[in-house]
Amino acid sequence: MAQVVLKDINKLYGSVHAVKDVNLRIDDREFVVLVGPSGCGKTTTLRMIAGLEAISSGDVSIDGQVVNDLAPMDRDIAMVFQNYALYPHMSVFDNMAFGLKMRKFDRREIATRVKEAADILGIGELLKRKPRQLSGGQRQRVALGRAIVRHPRVFLFDEPLSNLDAKLRVQMRVELRKLHQRLGTTAVYVTHDQVEAMTLGDRVVVMKDGIVQQIGEPLELYNRPVNKFVAGFIGSPAMNFATVTMADGNGRLTAKNGGLEIEVPAPHADRLRAHTGHRLTIGIRPEDLRVAGDADPAGLTFSAKVEVVEQLGSEVLLDLRVGNDAMVAAVDPVVRVKTQDTLRLAVNPGRLHFFDAESEKAV
Amino acid sequence: MFFYLPMAFFLLFLLFPFYWMVITSIRPDSELYRPWNAINYNPFWTTRPTWEHVRGLLLETLFTTWMWNTMFIALMSTAISLVCGVFAGYALSRLSFPFAGGLGTGIFITYLVPQTLLFIPLAEIIRNYNLGDTPWALILTYPTFLIPFCTWLMMGYFKAVPKELEECARIDGASRWQAMLYIIIPVAIPGILSAGIFAFTLSWNEFIYALVFLSSPDQKTVPVGVTSDLIRGDVFFWGQLMAGALLGSIPVAIAYSFFVEHYVAGLTGSVKG
Repeated sequence: MAQVVLKDINKLYGSVHAVKDVNLRIDDREFVVLVGPSGCGKTTTLRMIAGLEAISSGDVSIDGQVVNDLAPMDRDIAMVFQNYALYPHMSVFDNMAFGLKMRKFDRREIATRVKEAADILGIGELLKRKPRQLSGGQRQRVALGRAIVRHPRVFLFDEPLSNLDAKLRVQMRVELRKLHQRLGTTAVYVTHDQVEAMTLGDRVVVMKDGIVQQIGEPLELYNRPVNKFVAGFIGSPAMNFATVTMADGNGRLTAKNGGLEIEVPAPHADRLRAHTGHRLTIGIRPEDLRVAGDADPAGLTFSAKVEVVEQLGSEVLLDLRVGNDAMVAAVDPVVRVKTQDTLRLAVNPGRLHFFDAESEKAV
Repeated sequence: MFFYLPMAFFLLFLLFPFYWMVITSIRPDSELYRPWNAINYNPFWTTRPTWEHVRGLLLETLFTTWMWNTMFIALMSTAISLVCGVFAGYALSRLSFPFAGGLGTGIFITYLVPQTLLFIPLAEIIRNYNLGDTPWALILTYPTFLIPFCTWLMMGYFKAVPKELEECARIDGASRWQAMLYIIIPVAIPGILSAGIFAFTLSWNEFIYALVFLSSPDQKTVPVGVTSDLIRGDVFFWGQLMAGALLGSIPVAIAYSFFVEHYVAGLTGSVKG
């Protein structure tokens, strides 16, 4: 059990600044997910916590102790790798026992701990097998087991589910969550999959180009993204963006472009009035669009041409053309629409997002 | 059919020299030195097989001594080269230190220096250390080409071992040394075996250093002994020569067949996580 603090962490590879001024406080028993596109510095950050990568500047501390100069083995952490990194020449039992043997645990204690971990993960039957005789999911469990037996202060996960097929990934995701609830060990988890980040994390850290964009609980990121990048990265399908000009006429603030004309509802209007005459980026999540009914006020609807209809069963995804912009709407599956139809869509007035067109920050 | 026919042809082509060795070594001299166009003479088999050449080789010549010499020299130089090669290969492929790349290339270049050139300065060194005409002359000079060879083979192999294995071991509490000993080397066994077999074969068959650095008949290795002592003047003792070549190739054949699976895995396969 431990608190992990990253203070002004930087990583330079020659002239490449891979991680820039990362500050993060991970509380005891917390599950924090680092998420971002490839090359955003999330894995490097994790490896610096693990001690596999030297820290160019800044401090990593675990439970108040600065660990910058401690070898990986002395940090009391366990790490699960994307390719599992099981020792191919050892049985499952020996794989799990290796860390304990290295730490000179006595034989009986090792056996007890391995059995305990194997029971938790349901791999008790596999202890005598070699890694090559296991399926991907089983290997993943062994890799988890190897981390669990050590009872480390911190778990580090480096995209552990990426090599699994889609169905198994969902299943393992749930198991990981259960495992964390049961063990309560502080965990740092790296992934590029925003769904994994949203479902697993107590808090999520979104990174891009080595810079932390936003740190928050999953719903906070979804509801109040601080910039256009976070808004587009969190949520699936991704948020729709359109560049609009703000116009104030007769006390009504409207966001306008070739295809859109949306009257900005009261809570936003007061805040956005200052941007009158400026260009902003409006963000609307696909799930906040619906086919307009008679009751919808005209100011909150716009017309769109359907280009592709994707029937998912639980919802229908409509790929739309609105003026010059492409948009996606996730609508109720009972809606019957065909390609090339033109229809009117209504936005959910409380759920509009606005970003500065230049800085891309939320306004 | 399209598989077996070329295969059969290939096998015939490869195995014929061995067949020729066998048939020559059991053919009596009276048949061996008959003109090729003599009546009732077929060069491809014999009706009167004899052990006289093999017996002569084993009892009248120093062949068994040569075998022991060769075995001792080949095993020792292989062991030295493997130990150096494994450590050097590991260091060059895994540790980052200044000039690592240049050092790797440098080692490779030493492998390219022809032995026919290198034996001249080496002879000087051997003489200065009074090692001439002892097995140590070869045990210490064979590594000059075996170590670069093993190092390069092992470098390639270590690069194929995922570095996460080692990182994981180090997080698990192993020092770099322990990680290498318990994880990397066991995983690299196929590579080490292939390097070992190759090194063994190279030193077993080596000719020029053995010819230059050894002179007493009882110190010679098989390739030198067979060619120098079984050809007296301009007389070729074909039966004994062939018997010697045949027996001399047996240890290598055993080494290959015994480790063939590991050996192929070492050359073609990598480690899957």
